[in-house]
Amino acid sequence: MKYVLIIGAGSDIARPLAFLYAKAGYGIYLASRSYEQLVRDASDIKIRYTVDAAAFKFDVSHTTTHQQFYDALPVKPAGVICLAGSLGDQQKSEQDYNEAKNVMEANYTGLVSILHIIANDFEKRREGFIVGVSSVAGEKGRKSNYVYASAKAGFTTFLSGLRNRLYPAHVHVMTVHPGFIRTKMIEGRATPGIITASPEEVADDIFSGQQSGKDFIYSKWFWRFIMLGFKMIPEPIIKKLDLK
Amino acid sequence: MKVTNWGNYPIIEAQVMTPSTVEEVRAIIASSPELIARGLGRCYGDSSLNSTIVSTLRMNHILSFNEQTGEITCESGVSFAELLDAFVSRGWFLPVTPGTKFITVGGAIASDVHGKNHHVAGSFSAHLSSMKLMLSDGTIVQCSRDSHSDLFWATCGGMGLTGIILEATFHLMRIDTAYIRQRIIKARNIDEAIDLFEANKHWTYSVAWIDCLSKAGSLGRSALILGEHATKQEVGYRYRDPLKIDKGFSIPVPVFLPDFVLNTYTVKVFNELVNTKYIQGDSFVEYGPFFYPLDIFLDWNRIYGRRGFTQYQFVLPKASSRTGLRKVLERISRSGEGSFLAVLKLFGKQEGLLSFPQEGFTLALDFAISPATLALFRELDELVCEHGGRLYLTKDVRMPKEVFDKGYSQVQQFHTTKDKFDSIKKFQSLQSKRVGLS
Repeated sequence: MKYVLIIGAGSDIARPLAFLYAKAGYGIYLASRSYEQLVRDASDIKIRYTVDAAAFKFDVSHTTTHQQFYDALPVKPAGVICLAGSLGDQQKSEQDYNEAKNVMEANYTGLVSILHIIANDFEKRREGFIVGVSSVAGEKGRKSNYVYASAKAGFTTFLSGLRNRLYPAHVHVMTVHPGFIRTKMIEGRATPGIITASPEEVADDIFSGQQSGKDFIYSKWFWRFIMLGFKMIPEPIIKKLDLK
Repeated sequence: MKVTNWGNYPIIEAQVMTPSTVEEVRAIIASSPELIARGLGRCYGDSSLNSTIVSTLRMNHILSFNEQTGEITCESGVSFAELLDAFVSRGWFLPVTPGTKFITVGGAIASDVHGKNHHVAGSFSAHLSSMKLMLSDGTIVQCSRDSHSDLFWATCGGMGLTGIILEATFHLMRIDTAYIRQRIIKARNIDEAIDLFEANKHWTYSVAWIDCLSKAGSLGRSALILGEHATKQEVGYRYRDPLKIDKGFSIPVPVFLPDFVLNTYTVKVFNELVNTKYIQGDSFVEYGPFFYPLDIFLDWNRIYGRRGFTQYQFVLPKASSRTGLRKVLERISRSGEGSFLAVLKLFGKQEGLLSFPQEGFTLALDFAISPATLALFRELDELVCEHGGRLYLTKDVRMPKEVFDKGYSQVQQFHTTKDKFDSIKKFQSLQSKRVGLS
């Protein structure tokens, strides 16, 4: 059985995504800090799709444990999907560097650590796929979340470099830029209904994008055009806007 | 946030909380003076609306499944769509399913849903062995026919008013293929339709689409649709793996259509199309289009526009069905208020305190909400009460208390159990307040 490792499996996208891979016959490894929940999720996946599934405790920011975590997986995965990330508190980040550092670790530096460990293994094996879920927020800074957004920008650039590096080794790297998603992360905040995707829709996009070998996808697709328009606004104008 | 159910009426401002653990549910119950549970919001009106709403959608894990007996235990937020997705290809099917798969197990219990097989299989509660409920004081009670049976029967069809359903154990049903052997018979009028139902009682599934605008001799013109789960031998040579079917397509209705789109003329055209589509004869169809013909249109409720719509579903005892149905259809036909969807079905026997079905015929009619239709409903209420019938709480948004009390004779027993387990009346909905259930 081929396995897919989902990092950041506490995300709302993780379960619908795991269902899609399980349905396609993959075994599922779920990894995140919220271990107890993952045990429940793994058991649920096993019952639904009669594939193997297991839960692992994993903390993106504990980089010293990453190698050990990867070595302990019973079967080395055929693919990894990284959903890890955290919005953090922008205002707190402005005052307290520790908060900013946590946000950067959760969205960027910690991911560099674990994905390099996995990438090195895949490169040696000359097979595998790596999917990194970054964000449209990383394409342009806004005052409301620029620490998070800059970490995502770093992650996006990391993934494109990794894609370039692993291409000769036949390892497929896909970058995902989701827009608004109806998740715990934004619960209670007002998001424009019509452009806010459900976690299931984003999972569908990731699965079909990965299966068809895409390098970069937006989810939903129309964010390509929203971001194109947004990025065309010149900086002298954008700095004057009250961007939430 | 703004919340509304399938009928898009009423739209209310409510605090919606989506717990993912039992502890979170307990904390919400403790901190809210009154609340109601909500799943996928497929009830038409205000059954799952209140100022505080507990969404069960993150409590959707399947906890165990017995491959030999089909017994399944799952959390209440698991949807029928998820169950079909996981189990049809392994040869298991829902024992009872309504006309949409986008409902949760919790909702199925609270509404005690029925399907096209009610006359042989009963409602969902007939297949339910036990459930776990969180009461208003935060304790968890396991109830079944044998233990806390009063709570069990008040919860089946109890509209979520006894507690928050956490888990349920029930049986899935063996199937050989994912296909249905379907037979369609046309009925020229309501009398013929009733006779056909009786004559075809041995079919597992039966339902009729009625053209509500037909008049006089063809009043109640309909297409009776019968079905059986097809066996491997029956379909064997047609399909390589008869349990696997392709992921169907779906057509989203992305925006509300303007209110004028549905009117007598367009409904007439639609009815003609339905009538033409259902060609008399036998065929094999996938289970999806057979059970869930409207589910391929995602958000089809938007067809009714922003004014919203409701469904008037009633059941009449067998003895008075023939005369009662004719009177109701005549009244609707006279009013000219076209019902886009009108479904007739024969019910069998039924247990439960507030469960809707009773032996006899049920008719479900969709109407856009307007002063004219609300006035029509009041007239229909009289006819239904006169003939000893009652209305379905899950579809209702406007039933007056008197009509409810006349229809549901065991309401006193329900109150006794509710007082015993929820004396502080923690679990309430806009509907329960209106009809005097809390």
